[in-house]
Amino acid sequence: MGIIKASKLIYDYIKRDEDGNPDGTRRAVDQVDIDIEAGSFVAILGHNGSGKSTLAKHMNALLLPTEGTIWVSGKDTSLDENLWDVRRTAGMVFQNPDNQIIGTVVEEDVGFGPENIGVPTPEIWKRVEQSLEAVGMTMYRHHSPNKLSGGQKQRVAIAGVMAMRPRCIVLDEPTAMLDPNGRKEVIRTIRELNRAEQITVILITHYMEEVIEADHVYVMDDGRIVMEGTPHEVFARTEELKSYRLDVPQVTELSWQLKKAGLPLSDGILTIDAFVDEIMTLYKKP
Amino acid sequence: MAIECKNISYIYGNGSPQEIRALNHVTLTIPDGQFIGLIGHTGSGKSTLIQHLNGLLKATEGDILYNGESIYAETFSMKSLRSKVGLVFQYPEHQLFETDVFTDVCFGPKNLGLDDEPIRRRAREALDLVGLDASYDDVSPFELSGGQKRRVAIAGVLAMKPEVLILDEPTAGLDPRGRDEILDQVAKLHREQGMTVVLVSHSMEDVARYVDRIIVMNHGNAALDGASKEVFRHYRELEEIGLAAPQVTYIIHALKEQGFPIADDITTIKEAREAILRAMGDKT
Repeated sequence: MGIIKASKLIYDYIKRDEDGNPDGTRRAVDQVDIDIEAGSFVAILGHNGSGKSTLAKHMNALLLPTEGTIWVSGKDTSLDENLWDVRRTAGMVFQNPDNQIIGTVVEEDVGFGPENIGVPTPEIWKRVEQSLEAVGMTMYRHHSPNKLSGGQKQRVAIAGVMAMRPRCIVLDEPTAMLDPNGRKEVIRTIRELNRAEQITVILITHYMEEVIEADHVYVMDDGRIVMEGTPHEVFARTEELKSYRLDVPQVTELSWQLKKAGLPLSDGILTIDAFVDEIMTLYKKP
Repeated sequence: MAIECKNISYIYGNGSPQEIRALNHVTLTIPDGQFIGLIGHTGSGKSTLIQHLNGLLKATEGDILYNGESIYAETFSMKSLRSKVGLVFQYPEHQLFETDVFTDVCFGPKNLGLDDEPIRRRAREALDLVGLDASYDDVSPFELSGGQKRRVAIAGVLAMKPEVLILDEPTAGLDPRGRDEILDQVAKLHREQGMTVVLVSHSMEDVARYVDRIIVMNHGNAALDGASKEVFRHYRELEEIGLAAPQVTYIIHALKEQGFPIADDITTIKEAREAILRAMGDKT
């Protein structure tokens, strides 16, 4: 069993009428089976409303399954006695950095989590230092978070989660509100954490360029997992991705269109280098 | 007929120790009927600039002319400027507040003091323009998808019948399909109604696909201003200021470096596809 495993996971939102009485349900996650290996970098793709955020919220017991089971580090999240272990294993980072930062100084913000769980002070400082180092924000430790750029704030939010020493970080569209620079910073930081610290990363996004280096990709639509595989395998099915309201990177799209027009290119070309290689080979062919 | 910014500067906290110069002597003209992309990293002055265009911020120095008339003249009606230059803020769906879609869109024209009949007509037209038919009229805005909510918010601005439509990152947070729906509708307004559009965006791919002209803001200056192809030709300068060209531009340059015969000013997939097929065709 992987660090996160779900079996036949179902979640129904309860609709309420104006007086707050239950008035039907809407199924947001439908019969989801996933198994995420410890130390891997996994991406979950899907359009707005496909159920990806609802699924993510199950990974640290912010939501509990309506039916089915999800285990985090082998612990069933629906059991009360597992709650703290689950939350300590999987940390969450959300879309809007401004909603996640509470400290008035960067290092205080990062220390907030460990302080709350009663970590001794010297150990808190050690963690703050290591976490800021890991996200490349050490030089801003004495700054006020509100003077930072969006990308920097998001990195502080990640450091705050890192200070809890989770084995797994779930990031729910962490770059949606950032500019291209901020987006790069955050993605680079996440990859680095995955590689250097062996933290399991679960990245929820609809930016396709961000998932190219993932080990495994799940695509969600209408609450279900509809595609999965390596980025290469998933992006090779360009037409199917489009039917789920998603896009492929421009280089993949261009290769796909050229292939449709008759050029014998491979499926699922993900990088400019691979594309240029194939085109030049064709071009130089006598 | 145009908006002309003449040497405008804007300083936040003017006179205080924390003053920040957000615009630094910007001079530019937005003529009628253009589709303009405004790009720049966070803090470059884009949002400050667009808030000047409908008088929400007043330039610390310089002047802005709307159709030849200074908007800072005492006789100038700011109220009419705000109905002519419609501004759609970031995450405009946060500003929806009515109980149903139709009433929400009526709010703007109602504030213009119009009669019931023209208000309802304008709301209907505006909703049609963003592709939401009468079946959405009675739906609560909060039951719509992210893209639909945003279209309702844009309809609220369109119901004011603006001559110029300014959109601040209208596709932030939307999935690819939602993004295409919004931008296709905006492009249609530009094409069919001749509306002047200023699109603030972080997505170079979107900008390359839709606009005629790009203005690049950096440190409060209009650092580059020209036809999209011209601006993306300067992709190395764009990178220096934290921006980039569309991925397809990099593909083209990489091909060219390997000796593939292709023009280096290609910025869209469609152009790239045609140029590559043409070059391959010559070979066979």
